[in-house]
Amino acid sequence: MNRARDLFTALMAVFLGLVAGAIFMTAIGANPFAGFFYLFRGGLMSISRIGDTLSTATTLILTGLAVAFAFRTGLFNIGVAGQMLVGGLVATMLALTIGESMPKYLFIPLVLVCSMLAGALWAGIAGLLKAAFNVHEVVATIMLNWTAFWVVDYIIPTFFKAGLETESRTILSDASMRMDWMNRLFDGSHVNFGLFVSISAVIIIAIILDKTVLGYELKAVGFNHHAAEYAGIDVARNVTLAMAISGALAGLAGATYYTGYTLNMQIGVMPTAGFDGIAVALLGANSPWGVLAAALFFGILHAGKGLMGANTSIPPEIGDTIIATIIYFAATSILFFKLFDYLKKKFKKGGQA
Amino acid sequence: MEHVVEMLNITKAFPGIVANDDISIQLRKGEILALLGENGAGKSTLMSILFGLYTPDAGTIKVFGKTVNIANPNVANALGIGMVHQHFKLVHNFTVTENIVLGMEPHVGPFLKTRDAAAKIRALSKHYGLNVDPDAKIEDVSVGMQQRVEILKMLYRDAEVLIFDEPTAVLTPQEIIELMKIMRNLIAEGKSIILITHKLKEIKEIADRCTVIRRGKVIGTVDVAGTTSAQMAEMMVGRQVNFNVDKPAKQCGDVVLEIKDLRVQSSRKTEAVKGFSLTVHGGEIVGLAGVDGNGQTELVEALTGLRHVESGSILFQGQDIAHHSIRDRIRAGMAHIPEDRQKRGLVLDYTMEENMVLEIYGLPPFAKRGFLQKPLIRAYAEKLMQDFDVRAGEGSLSLARGLSGGNQQKAIVGREVAHDPMLLIAVQPTRGLDVGSIEYIHRRLVEQRNSGKAVLLVSLELDEIMDLSDRIAVISHGELTGLKYPKETNEGEIGLMMAGVAEGAHQ
Repeated sequence: MNRARDLFTALMAVFLGLVAGAIFMTAIGANPFAGFFYLFRGGLMSISRIGDTLSTATTLILTGLAVAFAFRTGLFNIGVAGQMLVGGLVATMLALTIGESMPKYLFIPLVLVCSMLAGALWAGIAGLLKAAFNVHEVVATIMLNWTAFWVVDYIIPTFFKAGLETESRTILSDASMRMDWMNRLFDGSHVNFGLFVSISAVIIIAIILDKTVLGYELKAVGFNHHAAEYAGIDVARNVTLAMAISGALAGLAGATYYTGYTLNMQIGVMPTAGFDGIAVALLGANSPWGVLAAALFFGILHAGKGLMGANTSIPPEIGDTIIATIIYFAATSILFFKLFDYLKKKFKKGGQA
Repeated sequence: MEHVVEMLNITKAFPGIVANDDISIQLRKGEILALLGENGAGKSTLMSILFGLYTPDAGTIKVFGKTVNIANPNVANALGIGMVHQHFKLVHNFTVTENIVLGMEPHVGPFLKTRDAAAKIRALSKHYGLNVDPDAKIEDVSVGMQQRVEILKMLYRDAEVLIFDEPTAVLTPQEIIELMKIMRNLIAEGKSIILITHKLKEIKEIADRCTVIRRGKVIGTVDVAGTTSAQMAEMMVGRQVNFNVDKPAKQCGDVVLEIKDLRVQSSRKTEAVKGFSLTVHGGEIVGLAGVDGNGQTELVEALTGLRHVESGSILFQGQDIAHHSIRDRIRAGMAHIPEDRQKRGLVLDYTMEENMVLEIYGLPPFAKRGFLQKPLIRAYAEKLMQDFDVRAGEGSLSLARGLSGGNQQKAIVGREVAHDPMLLIAVQPTRGLDVGSIEYIHRRLVEQRNSGKAVLLVSLELDEIMDLSDRIAVISHGELTGLKYPKETNEGEIGLMMAGVAEGAHQ
């Protein structure tokens, strides 16, 4: 029943977000039907466009999963961007040093493990601070975002700069997550091995949350840490572990984004995908499969807004506005819960009469 | 006879249940009418209708003889109907005066002007013997005082009809006596009171008439003076209730728990348990009596591992576990029915099946290689719920949140007893429950004792302690002030020890 309600809420949020987008398009004198046509066409019209959608979604799935996992365990990880940077930095460093001299089938697992560890450690600091000193994780992770930001700012120009001061050398394809066969299949798009990583992560996290002892403990701590403590669950350990797992997912997002999509690392940029993950988790009702669906949807909008801008007078910012409106409606989901319950009641009554 | 409130033929249905089925009650001026019924009988729904929180499907309400339509609580207030809720609705960092004027703040321009209000509150407080300081902050006053603030809130709004929803559930014995006095004062001043309760003793003590509700229907209205508690209990649950727990003669076993010179700090870092010593044997129930806030909570938390022990030892089956983890203690055979079932006892957003394995989810057969064995967990939970008569709409798949308080408590008792513990620490195991559930839980505690296990019963209800215990220990200000056999003592003596008048402890 709750699943039906969550789905209803998500669909309503999307619908109202699109309606709001249509109103904006009409307000600036454009035809909303043409706008939406190009928006979705831009995300789906060709195999390479679909590839772009998927490669954007790859990062969003992982960051959304990171946020959703933390939410399910009672934590608000607002530091996904920083954990992404740290994971991405480790992956980039590996790729630019030993990456080219190792076979890919050994190197990619190494990158994945190391970036997960880096993200986990980074988020684990916030978890530990919360567990030991009751420092709120929102404060700790925001500060760690900026710490990561400046660490990147130091390391990249100092050790890995190419021509420009502001970015690293480009990662060669041998050391990246790009796969020749995937590039060919998707007609040259940026889609990369990270897609499989992110989908595997969805499956693994779904299993952890629903089927394992670990998930039971983590969720119990999230729902009611007093009762968890009473039952003998080590609350401090679980809070730290939950943050670490969330951070590991963010670290993976960083690895796949920087060594699979951008292929270099710029300084002075906080990855927006880290914050978009909050929106993805919200729209996906914090369920792994919901996150997958929401990330794919946002992927379409991100990939399609360029084509919309090129073919109509509608600025691509409208795409962002639609996303923002959807987030707004997803965040006020309590309204839809009430509407859902009301409709259900009405429907039932009508059925009986 | 003048009726101040009449609720006639009230019917209210919710999906799947008729909460009120053609219920009529009449409140006379200047009387206390008790509304007696088990949890879920429909008392609260009925009062919510009177207070304007629900609209009835059918029926009429008359206030002072006039038919009224109470659409919301503001209408109820305007009609002179006020309600003291079971969970107080107060702003903790506001003063008493600020809380009482909330919603109708007296002001001069944009500035709050509470001086006159405070004077009125002081006068009301004096008039009714409430003894409330209008300038005190809510967070600094006792629970009993908070309740009196709620009463003042109604008097300040000139309420004539006062509804008390389970008012004694949160009070200490002394505070209950105070409340009774206040209720008598209110009646003497011409107010009328509806008292929602399931405590027969209180009804006998204070009410004039009693309307009994069972499963949404009125069973009858009786004059309290001419009816025995047993008769009312039978009307309430629909069968004879056995108040006296059968206990075979005591077969005391080995020492299971030995507390030696235990010192524990409270959350405010003051010493809450001051050198407390007590032994509990297998096959006995030791009742720990005391006024709320005298160190019982800290003592229990220290025993169960929720709180750090400063010094002293806790010998459990001969081993000092004072610094063992909570899980180690559970595994060693200690079970705990916690004081606050919703805070500690259950994860309210988990289903019942998940809650029934709260301590053992990680053990075989419920977990294999880190994976939960859901079918086994479900079967286990369903069996427990059946054995312990836990009723829930969707069985083991119901969220714990959706169960009534009595069923939640029965589930916790069932879960803890099912671990077959050597020591069961039961804290306020029947708080806020109806007669049927109390009887049931008491029987389970005695069964535990009869099978040779140790039971430490901590309760604020002296009756419960007197009825169940083989020995009574009394705690006051964190110290043991008495240790008595129930047969050799009486409520008066125990009451004195609870007040801190120590007595040569003997065994």
